Amino acid sequence: MAGNMFNVFGIAGSALTAQSVRLNTTSSNLANADSVASADGRPYRAKQVVFEVKPFAEGGDAQGVRVTQIVESAAPMRMTFDPNNPAADAQGYVQMPNVNVVEEMVNMISASRSYQTNAEMMNTAKQLMLKTLTIGQ
Amino acid sequence: MPTPLDRLLDLPQAALGVRAARQQQLASNIANADTPHYKARDLDFRSALESALGGKAGAGGPVELARTSSRHIDAKGNGGAFEQAMKYRTETQSSVDGNTVDMDVERSAFAENSVQYEALLTFISGRLRTMQQAVQGQ
Repeated sequence: MAGNMFNVFGIAGSALTAQSVRLNTTSSNLANADSVASADGRPYRAKQVVFEVKPFAEGGDAQGVRVTQIVESAAPMRMTFDPNNPAADAQGYVQMPNVNVVEEMVNMISASRSYQTNAEMMNTAKQLMLKTLTIGQ
Repeated sequence: MPTPLDRLLDLPQAALGVRAARQQQLASNIANADTPHYKARDLDFRSALESALGGKAGAGGPVELARTSSRHIDAKGNGGAFEQAMKYRTETQSSVDGNTVDMDVERSAFAENSVQYEALLTFISGRLRTMQQAVQGQ
């Protein structure tokens, strides 16, 4: 039965990994909110993570979480009028990244809260395990 | 043959297993608080404990299809030992992505379950101490 409690570490650990990937994506989006050209020469597109349930091989009921893919946002690019920019088109408009800064900030807070919760959960499981080891002492 | 010491520890030991299983399920719920279409579940403590003690026949183990003929396909759920006691939570506030995890409910259940688990540990230690004292006869 002790394996059950050890699964909590695995579950919380998978959530920590997933949330930190989400945090990474958010910080990448925020850092590139004004990047007119990315590696492929086109404007940067906002990236979003997709979470999925990750079943554990043994234990049946234990379900962690993982990031299945990172998708590029389909939101329209932000067009700004800046004729002096070298990336401007014939009408003088520059395609800017479709990063929604407000949305990303909310995403960041949500991810960091989830991360905290899971770290706390791991701590509680650790305390319970340590206490279990002192049975009969 | 079970000794009186075994019987003394039977109940708290079974309950501890159920508490640990519930802790694991609540951890899954909290970990998947941001997963689309995840449905939160919780363990029905009474029926889980009954199946852990072997009181109710057929209550333990994964869910199985009822078969009325030997030619029916034998199918079994892939859940753990307490799958039959696992119940889906009724959601209080629905979310757009189909997730039914309510963080307040899960966090409070997690804290409650931790305290109950610790209480069981105290009970077991107390019973062991009682037996030790009886054995020493002082």
